[in-house]
Amino acid sequence: MVEINQTLRWKHLYNVLSRPGPFSDEDWVPGPETISALESSKILVIGAGGLGCEILKNLALSGFKDIHVIDMDTIDISNLNRQFLFRQSDIGKPKAEVAAAFVEKRVKGVKITPYVGKIQDKDEDYYMQFKIVVCGLDSIEARRWINSTLVSMVDFENPESLKPLIDGGTEGFKGQARVILPTLSSCIECQLDMHAPRPAVPLCTIATIPRQPQHCIEWAHQIAWQEQRKDDTFDSDDLEHIGWIYNAALERSKQFQIPGVTFQMTQGVVKNIIPAIASTNAVIAAATTSEALKIATACNPYLENYMMYAGEEGVYTYTFEAEKKPDCPVCGNLARKMTVDPNMTLEAFIETLGERPEAQLKKPSMRTEEKTLYQRFPPQLEEQTRPNLKLKLRDLIEDGQEIAVSDPAYTIDFRYRLDFS
Amino acid sequence: MTEAFPAALVGPSSKERKYDRQLRLWAASGQQALEEARVLLVNSDGPWGEQSTGVSGVVGVETLKNLVLPGIGGFTIVDPALVTEPDLGVNFFLEEESLGKSRAQETCRLLRELNPDVEGNSESKPITELLQDPNFLPQFKLVLVSGPVKRSTLSSLSSAAKALGIPVLYTRSVGFYSTFSLQLPAAFPIVETHPDPESTQDLRLLNPWPELAASLAGISNLETMDDHQHGHVPYILLLLHYLEKWKETHDGNLPSNYKEKIAFRELVRSGARTANPEGGEENYDEAVAAVLKSLNPFTLRSSLREIFEMDECNTLTSNSADFWLIASAIRDFYTKHRVLPLPGSLPDMKAQSADYVSLQNIYKSKAREDLAEVIETVRGLEAKLSPRPGQIADKDIEVFCKNAAHIKVIHGRDLPLLDGDTHTLKAIHNALGDPESLISTFLGFNILDSIITEIQTGALNQEALESSLAWEAGVDRVIQSLTSEVSATIDEETKQRILRTTQELQRMQGGDLHNVSALTGGLVAQEALKVITRQYVPLDNTCVFDGIRSRSEMYRL
Repeated sequence: MVEINQTLRWKHLYNVLSRPGPFSDEDWVPGPETISALESSKILVIGAGGLGCEILKNLALSGFKDIHVIDMDTIDISNLNRQFLFRQSDIGKPKAEVAAAFVEKRVKGVKITPYVGKIQDKDEDYYMQFKIVVCGLDSIEARRWINSTLVSMVDFENPESLKPLIDGGTEGFKGQARVILPTLSSCIECQLDMHAPRPAVPLCTIATIPRQPQHCIEWAHQIAWQEQRKDDTFDSDDLEHIGWIYNAALERSKQFQIPGVTFQMTQGVVKNIIPAIASTNAVIAAATTSEALKIATACNPYLENYMMYAGEEGVYTYTFEAEKKPDCPVCGNLARKMTVDPNMTLEAFIETLGERPEAQLKKPSMRTEEKTLYQRFPPQLEEQTRPNLKLKLRDLIEDGQEIAVSDPAYTIDFRYRLDFS
Repeated sequence: MTEAFPAALVGPSSKERKYDRQLRLWAASGQQALEEARVLLVNSDGPWGEQSTGVSGVVGVETLKNLVLPGIGGFTIVDPALVTEPDLGVNFFLEEESLGKSRAQETCRLLRELNPDVEGNSESKPITELLQDPNFLPQFKLVLVSGPVKRSTLSSLSSAAKALGIPVLYTRSVGFYSTFSLQLPAAFPIVETHPDPESTQDLRLLNPWPELAASLAGISNLETMDDHQHGHVPYILLLLHYLEKWKETHDGNLPSNYKEKIAFRELVRSGARTANPEGGEENYDEAVAAVLKSLNPFTLRSSLREIFEMDECNTLTSNSADFWLIASAIRDFYTKHRVLPLPGSLPDMKAQSADYVSLQNIYKSKAREDLAEVIETVRGLEAKLSPRPGQIADKDIEVFCKNAAHIKVIHGRDLPLLDGDTHTLKAIHNALGDPESLISTFLGFNILDSIITEIQTGALNQEALESSLAWEAGVDRVIQSLTSEVSATIDEETKQRILRTTQELQRMQGGDLHNVSALTGGLVAQEALKVITRQYVPLDNTCVFDGIRSRSEMYRL
């Protein structure tokens, strides 16, 4: 066993924590107290994938000693091109456990506690134990969930209840890192419309007039599977299932003379695959952990509050302060305005909520102050409110009326003010 | 452009599955270039003074990690340092058992674990010794240097690489700051720049070729079509139809200025049927939306005009790169037709399947025709310039034609040095004028470079890194070289900005933080990937990252 001199080992890190710099706060006290505050900070990492692996490594080498990580996924072969804590022999094992064990073994003295499961499994008491939460997720839904949870935990009598949320995200050569102080600065929900979902292909195009290879794949996935294999639950990780979709799409493309259906494209469309590489993850993950170090130690000022990065043409970053929105459904106190066509049916309106950048709610239920417009659960209430779906908005609500929308993916209600166009 | 339908399911190989997420960015061609490339990492250049091992080389190792994972062919780490305790606090690719061993060997061993497809070597000799062997450097496609290194080492390495046309990336990372520069050959062409798909559309609506114009006959009964047919006429045909109508009432002229285009847009809008349940027609909406962006006469982008005018394009020899033969053929095409070869892609639009496919075929066959013409010119050039190493593949000419409007040539420059040419000093001086600029950080690193060189040559002792006097003298020296060359003054406020940067560097004694080196390793790897795959557009030529303000900037120095 080699005996390592810890002061020598952490020499560079301790330098920045033991000496004031030209940009550190005048009142900041560097030295042993700052170092021990860092080492005792409990920090949570959400996601042990492309970003998460990097984040865990970076935190361990930034002096954090008590790290927790949550991830529900297992390791797949397509992770190996960037998730550098995993090997071929790890395929099928839980990401959180393998990642935690690897970093613990490599960086002695760091404790990493994995949890294999969903963030929704945990309650406020669990999240309350951490000083900082760092997110490396690929799902907007999970980000919105943790964001609203952390906002709702803030108790103004208790400063410890405010947990800084540092969020990273990547797509191909692009990414962003942002710092959120729940209730104090712009939150994920305030910035929702900056990350608009891709518009869906209209169903009639898929069903009757395909023009692109992707339309043929959507047909196989959304229509042919339902018609021909409705007893099998579709699993996008099952190669036989993807193969079936591919063949069905190929047949349809031949029938319509549309070239270009490939297996790779089929997987991409069905699984909604986002391109991902190690280098972009390295940039964004390190940007988030750099902020974690600054927040935990005050050795330099932290990011206020958003940095975007694009690497397709040179190295481009843009750093700015996203604004907190008074009509944010999570951290604001006003209902968010939404312009709607009064002649639209409630059913059509509900469908648009999935795609509207400011809503992105897939299974909404809604009510006004006086009545329930549509309620998915329990079944009796669903049956009772179902006839409303065919009614026009003008027959259900007044111009400028407020509605409360709930969605099983989130714990809070979203308030919207509907203005007739 | 043969588009056969595959006969049966051909599932992906395990390699395709492993690299799936990146193949969607640079395709099989980029992957092949990556797998054929070997990278040299010079990760240190001997100790700084008596006790220290000098540069930690974390940027270099993290860069390699990001190249090994996607499957680079191979790498060689040159690093004479032995592993010390401070290495274990910043470098993830070392373990406690590595202490006292060769850092080159240990980092190489742990990096190789990441990907069994990649070959890795290590050398504990200094780079200056290895460069004596004339066969050493030519085996690499790219050189990475973790700085600061001794000035003489950097100069001999970068000029040797330049003579061989090998790009060099020189990086430094201290505390919350980092910077890196890319030295590219004098002319570095890129065909696949991957522009935004919208900007690559060339629909030629203002000057349709005969087959496209003839397709209008298919909608001569537009007014009498039933609602279903009317609502499914592709918007391209709608625009062509209304352009003809416009010409009838405008002396045969097309809408040319903004006002006319707005009027034309109204004409198109007025043709939509609104007495239907939807209250309008999607294809007309698409046509209306496309008027302002699609009805512009073709103009050659200035970057392309410059390429056409370059010597390399005009004076072809039997040694000219394929790029220049194709560029020259495309220039001839442009001279003759005043347009570029048609890329042949058609955006998706509301239409019946068969109508869309037949319109798409009109675009595709025109693209094939244009391509055939360019190929013929290329073959003529090849014959004239024979003997050449081999015939240029049709596929390469096709890719070039598809991307012609967006090809790029970077005029590579040497690594920027303060005693370099006037351009560098002028560019630095200009950037200093902006108080928000990060250029003062770049100057801070230059001062660090010279302090390290002086420590390594024995002119200063190791404590100089902690001495305000040494840093302040460095600032004065930098200001001196800037003002004497550019014959301008530098005000006190600017000087204070440079001083603050050096104070932050001094705080770290030249040491790095893992986060910032990992971030820089990500940025540097991104540039390495672009250089090696010759896809997307690399940095030209210097980037500075400021982790205090979470900002970066690019400079052409």
